[in-house]
Amino acid sequence: MSSVIAIVCFLVLAPFLGGFLDGLDRKISARMQGRIGPPVLQPFYDVHKLIHKQTIVVNKAQTFLMLTYMAVQLFVGVLFFAGSDILMCFFLLSTGATFLVFAGSVTHSPLSTLGTNRELLQMMAYEPAVLLACLGFYLAPPDHTFVVSELIQTPVSAILYLPGFFVAFVFILTIKMRKSPFDLATAHHAHQEVVKGITTELGAKNFAIYTITEWYEKVFLLAVVALFVVNANPLSYIAAVVVALAVWFLEILIDNTCARVKWDVLLKVTWVVTLLAAGVNMLILMLVF
Amino acid sequence: MFVVPFLICFPFVVSVLMFCIRVNKIRNAIAYVSAVIIMVAVGVLAVQWGLGGGKTILLYKQTEEADIVISVAELALMCAVTFLCFKYKRYWISLLMIIPTLLLEWLEFFGPELAPVNHVRVDHLAVLMCIIIGLIGGLIIVYAVGYMHGYHHHHLEFQDRRYYFFMLLFAFLGAMFGFVLSASLLWIDLFWEITSICSFLLIGYTKTDEAIENSFRALWMNLLGGTALAGGILYFALTQKDVSLINLVEKGVMGNAATVIPIALIAFAALTKSAQLPFSKWLMGAMVAPTPSSALLHSATMVKAGIYILFRLSPAMADTLTGSMVTFIGGFTFFMASLMAMAQSDGKKVLALSTVSNLGLMVACAGVGQAETVWAGIFLMIFHAISKSMLFQDMGAIENSTHTRDIEDLNGLIYRLPMLGRIMFIGIAGMYLAPFGMLVSKWAALRASVNEHNIILALLICFGSATTMFYWTKWLNRLLSSTTEPKIRDITKKNEQISLIIHAILMIALCVLFPVLSTTYVEPLLLETFGYATAALPSTLLYVLIVVIMVIFAVPLIAYSTTKNIPANQKISYMSGANRGNNRDFTDSLGEPKELQLSNWYFKNYVGQRKLMEPSSLLAAAVIIVMLSMIIGGALR
Amino acid sequence: MAKVKKSPWVLHYDGASCNGCDIEVLACLTPVYDAERFGIVNTGDPMQADILLLTGGINAQCQEVVKQIYEQMPRPKVVVAVGTCACTGGVFKEAYNILGGADTTVPVDIYVPGCAARPQSIIDGIVKAVALFQQRSDEHDKGIVNGSREGES
Repeated sequence: MSSVIAIVCFLVLAPFLGGFLDGLDRKISARMQGRIGPPVLQPFYDVHKLIHKQTIVVNKAQTFLMLTYMAVQLFVGVLFFAGSDILMCFFLLSTGATFLVFAGSVTHSPLSTLGTNRELLQMMAYEPAVLLACLGFYLAPPDHTFVVSELIQTPVSAILYLPGFFVAFVFILTIKMRKSPFDLATAHHAHQEVVKGITTELGAKNFAIYTITEWYEKVFLLAVVALFVVNANPLSYIAAVVVALAVWFLEILIDNTCARVKWDVLLKVTWVVTLLAAGVNMLILMLVF
Repeated sequence: MFVVPFLICFPFVVSVLMFCIRVNKIRNAIAYVSAVIIMVAVGVLAVQWGLGGGKTILLYKQTEEADIVISVAELALMCAVTFLCFKYKRYWISLLMIIPTLLLEWLEFFGPELAPVNHVRVDHLAVLMCIIIGLIGGLIIVYAVGYMHGYHHHHLEFQDRRYYFFMLLFAFLGAMFGFVLSASLLWIDLFWEITSICSFLLIGYTKTDEAIENSFRALWMNLLGGTALAGGILYFALTQKDVSLINLVEKGVMGNAATVIPIALIAFAALTKSAQLPFSKWLMGAMVAPTPSSALLHSATMVKAGIYILFRLSPAMADTLTGSMVTFIGGFTFFMASLMAMAQSDGKKVLALSTVSNLGLMVACAGVGQAETVWAGIFLMIFHAISKSMLFQDMGAIENSTHTRDIEDLNGLIYRLPMLGRIMFIGIAGMYLAPFGMLVSKWAALRASVNEHNIILALLICFGSATTMFYWTKWLNRLLSSTTEPKIRDITKKNEQISLIIHAILMIALCVLFPVLSTTYVEPLLLETFGYATAALPSTLLYVLIVVIMVIFAVPLIAYSTTKNIPANQKISYMSGANRGNNRDFTDSLGEPKELQLSNWYFKNYVGQRKLMEPSSLLAAAVIIVMLSMIIGGALR
Repeated sequence: MAKVKKSPWVLHYDGASCNGCDIEVLACLTPVYDAERFGIVNTGDPMQADILLLTGGINAQCQEVVKQIYEQMPRPKVVVAVGTCACTGGVFKEAYNILGGADTTVPVDIYVPGCAARPQSIIDGIVKAVALFQQRSDEHDKGIVNGSREGES
């Protein structure tokens, strides 16, 4: 029963929460830059407008690919909040992301294809850390499980055993949330050297689908961050929310203080951090427990 | 069980027929019929054995006559190989054939009295292998008839020796059946050598310099494995007076010190056969052969022989140095080969490297030696056999139609060659996307490796999955990318299409039947091999998985049908306003029209074969040498 | 009626400008003027833009480009000519390569004069354009209600 409530909450509230966080993000970023910034509800105005514009496509397949992308990412969130297997969630997340990649490449447009290649590279960069994070949850004592509904019942927070995994995951979150310095494929900032990268050829309505999916995904990712903290104690949920928000704020800070890097730096740095933080943590876990 | 000798002998008989009949039409007809007969025979074997309760059946304890036939066959093979080695001036390779053959002949006739063994064993694993070999092999033959016709039509520079080609294909199938059904190591050795030599001859089919060079590379690598196998058999026979594979494994599980060396040597032989680093090069070289032989060698049979023997040995490899060696080499190959595949744009080479890579994963699964990992390995094997055979055949058909196999030239194939493009899409999606079997098996392998606290394997799988995803997705991107190029006339033959479509249906069917297959077949198989069975994925999860499968298949369909008729204004793509009215031509900085060329990323200077193959081969070779010395030294001390 | 005026996304194209107006356009986004207060985003992608800001006159070379970018923008859309050159061709009007102002190529809705146009006037122009954008959006919605949908580009 509680899982049904969680699913419904996710489906109904996640876009509002994601959009609200996005608005706050823009406000905070503006303040960091000495500007007043847009209203907090600005992302909702944007999506509202995008939906009301004329439907345009470059290739007819785009809409169907974007809808599939959205549906799969939603499904991932549903599985996660239903307390299913976390490894399966992340495998599916990559499958969903592939549909976005297809939507980017199907147009055969130069900027979009460049963005697509970069997106693929980013996926390759973050995939190991994501999979390792799942393994970390499994290895964390006391009970070896990938099942989310059991993971939230542990007596102590997983983060105590998994600091390295946590670092690696937060690191790749910068890529997943498309924050500078790792926003190669497409950026939230208005201008990028490849215009809008993978989303260049998305007409207004498809871009609305993309934005809403991103909100869902953001909530899902922050929920995974929270999973590091949550334990059987109800109070831990408050701590989890605090940690998730802190991570979110950290990403904004990174976004506003770093310049975009080249692809090879992205790949090397991400893999080295993954190997050092998560790999070493895993080694210790395996040796000790 | 008449069907067992029939399965082994029938292909050889057909093989002789193929060689004798020089009229294409008649030979093709016989090839079709024989392929169907083989498939039916496999079906009969499976049903007969299944109706008998699926128990292990041991046959043929007394086989004096057969043993003499086998000895003669071994000597004949030795002579043939020696002749070819001298003909092409590769004298030393013949030693790799002569020494093991003579040693085993000596063992047979002058060696100590050996305990009588059952020569044939029919059990879950053997039947599974037979089904894979019979089904995929049969389909490949059906495909090959059409393909070779077109091949010689386009490649007039090569002598048409189809009779020889089909002879080898059938001989190969016979040897594979013999290999998986044999329980005696002596028989296994013979069939092992036959498959090595068939592959050698198939690779050299076109007789170009490159083909000859590659075929001899394949020969010496496989014969080196054969020599190790013979050495292992000899050691086991001399110390234990026994040549039964099952006894070897059982004694190995009990911790009998005399089995350490044979198991290590046989495992080493399996590494060469399944093209693990540092022996991957032969499989890459095998690409020069006509496509059906690549499909046969790579997907269904030849390379699976190594995997099969490792699965047999795997209970005895748990927690041993041999197991660690095999696991490391497998995991390492998985990762390195997938890195190298990223830098390839030749479709067939990508397929070859991905084969090496996936084999690495199966090898690693076997090396860990737990029921869980073998569960994952078996599923990897099943799915890999089907999807890779499908992809190879499809690639061959595409090459016949387009005269290229460069992925970059196959832009928008799904619109230009709809049927072959779609099959390619299914095949590639099957190799790495959820919910297809390969991904699920990889997932299981990951879980199992963590359960076994095998950190290196877990890390290699995590990183290897990322690189695997990269090279497959970029291929799919090219496939899907829209194009203004004209349609290509599809000259694929009917029989090629039939084979491809059956593969595609099998692929999707297996995806849905996955959980059923796990409980009804693979778990009993593990029970038989290990004495206990644990599926790497709990069954509740498997049922969740079915829901996932439904969603993943249904969502794009629903999305497609709902969006199909939405009116949308089509715009030209954004090229900073410089397009010339379409999505391909633009005005360059001099005001001239120019065509847009888009390409994927390949990182040739970072992960190209030239960069990585040598160092990784050296590293793998060093690991193998050091670990083998440790194992053998430790056992002899 | 949908409230679209809170989210005007601007696409800025520089024709044969002397770059004076371009700098002023960018100045609108700096902390001093902070156009994002009104939800204005300076996007680079016509597929997602609502308002086309044109600076500089139109010459033979860029005419096709401007037309194409305008075509690629989804309806409803508004065009703003920023600076004297974009309005009329300005001091370059008689030059051999200049066709004239932006209205020689695309239908211009709002003219923002000035050489260079000051940020205040540019923002003022955009705000006017936003009102027009809202009006067109309402008409667009009605068009959909009446069933005559998406016929034209």
